[in-house]
Amino acid sequence: MLERAHIMICGGTGCTSGNSKKVMEEFEVQLKKNGLRDEVKLIMTGCFGLCARGPIVAVYPDGAFYQHVKVEDVAEIVTEHILKGRRVTRLLGSERTESGEVMPINQTPFYRSQKRIVLRNCGRINPENIDEYIAFDGYKAYEKCVKEMTPEGVIQLLTDSGLRGRGGGGFPTGKKWLSTYNAKDDQKYVVCNADEGDPGAFMDRSVLEGDPHSVIEAMMIAGYAVGATQGYVYVRAEYPIAVQRLQIAIDQARAYGILGKNAMGLGHKFDMEIRLGAGAFVCGEATALIHSIEGHRGEPTQKPPHLAEHGLWGKPTVLNNVETYANIPQIILNGPQWFKSMGTEKSSGTKVFALGGKIMNTGLVEIPMGTTLRTIIEEIGGGIPNGKKFKAAQTGGPSGGCIPASLIDTPIDYDNLIAIGSMMGSGGLIVMDEDNCMVDIAKFFLEFTVDESCGKCTPCRIGNKRLYEMLDKITKGQGTMEDLDKMEELCKYIKANSLCGLGQTAPNPVLSTLKYFRDEYIAHVRDKKCPAGVCKALLNYVIDKDKCIGCGLCARKCPAGAITKSDYIAEGHKLPSMQIDVTKCLKCGACMDTCNRQCAISKK
Amino acid sequence: MKSSAELQEIRNKLRMEIGYSLPIQENDIRIVVGMGTCGIAAGAREVVRTFMDEVEKRGLEHVKVTQSGCIGKCDAEPIVEVTLPGKETVTYVHVDPAKAREIVASHIVGGKAIKNYMK
Repeated sequence: MLERAHIMICGGTGCTSGNSKKVMEEFEVQLKKNGLRDEVKLIMTGCFGLCARGPIVAVYPDGAFYQHVKVEDVAEIVTEHILKGRRVTRLLGSERTESGEVMPINQTPFYRSQKRIVLRNCGRINPENIDEYIAFDGYKAYEKCVKEMTPEGVIQLLTDSGLRGRGGGGFPTGKKWLSTYNAKDDQKYVVCNADEGDPGAFMDRSVLEGDPHSVIEAMMIAGYAVGATQGYVYVRAEYPIAVQRLQIAIDQARAYGILGKNAMGLGHKFDMEIRLGAGAFVCGEATALIHSIEGHRGEPTQKPPHLAEHGLWGKPTVLNNVETYANIPQIILNGPQWFKSMGTEKSSGTKVFALGGKIMNTGLVEIPMGTTLRTIIEEIGGGIPNGKKFKAAQTGGPSGGCIPASLIDTPIDYDNLIAIGSMMGSGGLIVMDEDNCMVDIAKFFLEFTVDESCGKCTPCRIGNKRLYEMLDKITKGQGTMEDLDKMEELCKYIKANSLCGLGQTAPNPVLSTLKYFRDEYIAHVRDKKCPAGVCKALLNYVIDKDKCIGCGLCARKCPAGAITKSDYIAEGHKLPSMQIDVTKCLKCGACMDTCNRQCAISKK
Repeated sequence: MKSSAELQEIRNKLRMEIGYSLPIQENDIRIVVGMGTCGIAAGAREVVRTFMDEVEKRGLEHVKVTQSGCIGKCDAEPIVEVTLPGKETVTYVHVDPAKAREIVASHIVGGKAIKNYMK
């Protein structure tokens, strides 16, 4: 029987960790209990994007969008909404229209400026059921390519669309495919880079979890276009749900004869496999990734030769990122002009960003290129929590740079970001507020790259380590003004001489914070102060002796025994005020958290 | 192995279902069944199932059956509201499965509302 309601439960990693699997089981129980099971379709789907408010449960065709759904809420949703048609308003989010009604979800600030192409099926289909992907025009693009187009035609179409690599580099995809097509060999390979390594980025994971078939279809198209018959998806083992769903998708496609010797009876042969990586950041670099697939140590090698001529097992190889692939079936179906109509002149289409850090709506957003940072942060992201002020945003993760508040109106595309000293990167976007110390941020990212450097080339292995030590010195108040100049010089040296992208971009966070937040560095070096109050060595906790009532709560909480009674009794107080011995203080902040009169203890 | 023709069959078969996993569109025909306690007691659930059955059997892609709460006229339940795009909503009262089938045939498919069932 045709189901009258579809309940879509988010099965992305975020909502799964918020217990959405249990919510799904409870729906099963409650629907059966109310005799509604055959009237309702229950689907575990991909990421809706609004991870901050997960677990998300959407009910269609009514379009109700329930947020923060707990197992206990399920019975109410079933008996009220599904049975009696009354929405459970308290779970529908706080957005209201002018007339005070719950705002339809596509009109809320989070969704209305988005344009979901890559994420079109996330939250719409069951990723573990190939039929649902097929129903939404799945594998139609592949069919169109093989039946109606020549390989050259497919490549030309991609070139015309202006699609550029979404992994961060922004290399034109059509051009990449063309050079692999032009390489003559008996065997070629199609590889998908799903080794998403930036801290805080989860775009590729969400696509693999929510719409794995779109990647399979695009890789088949790539195979047809460049003349390859075998594909590999290189994905990190830390993404268990993504790996599992992708494997299910591959198995189903194979069972349907979509992957295999004679795909869909169209005479083209293509098959693919998953290769698991161990989660090294450097393996996102093209040559290191190829070596890892081959079973060697994940270390980069010199380019050229480019992968297009000498890639996997020495054969011509085309390597694209998950998000790049996920765009391709839609471009084939809707045409290059449609794709070009979105975005900016040199960056067409959309980009997915993983919004994180000091932002209300942590989650996954897809916006047309050229959208300003202000729209992303203030409108879609819902602004900064606790009324704090926006300070900077980091794009491109440890390879990118920060964008200061003064550049918040910059339209985001590949070239603009590079012009202001950052980069698109794979799409992590970390928002920072006035409580973040920019020197500390630079140190954090550098610590990551030092840790992840493979150690093969000296500039990266030793240069970044020295750079990190200088930053560490500054955060401890031991830096000198000469250090700042030395750091800049070292950064330029590392960028110019490192072997691969990891080293070439590792100094970016340092360079961009030095450029836009030099005053903060100077405050650390000259005044021995951390303006944001983050760097512990430069920070002192002080008790205002006139405000302190001498209750002694802080002294009992202090793990170092640094707080004692003084011999000063403020006017109107009965007990002597407390005092902190700075030589014993660990700067843990426990005293400040426990103080009855929060104004009595402060950071200076 | 599934040929491209067989994939198209899957698409056709699931087209109805897909409609129900999308928000209601402007050009959809809406059938809203009153499903308050009063409506359910008067047999609204059978009415909903009948509508779904008719919609499926006839392959009415653009018809969406949804439910609403009690509108305050409990003695007239099951109450069913039918809205054709751009037209005024028609309210049927005391609907039972047999009437529901007639409403689909005459009003939804034929475009002719059934006056007798409206009061």
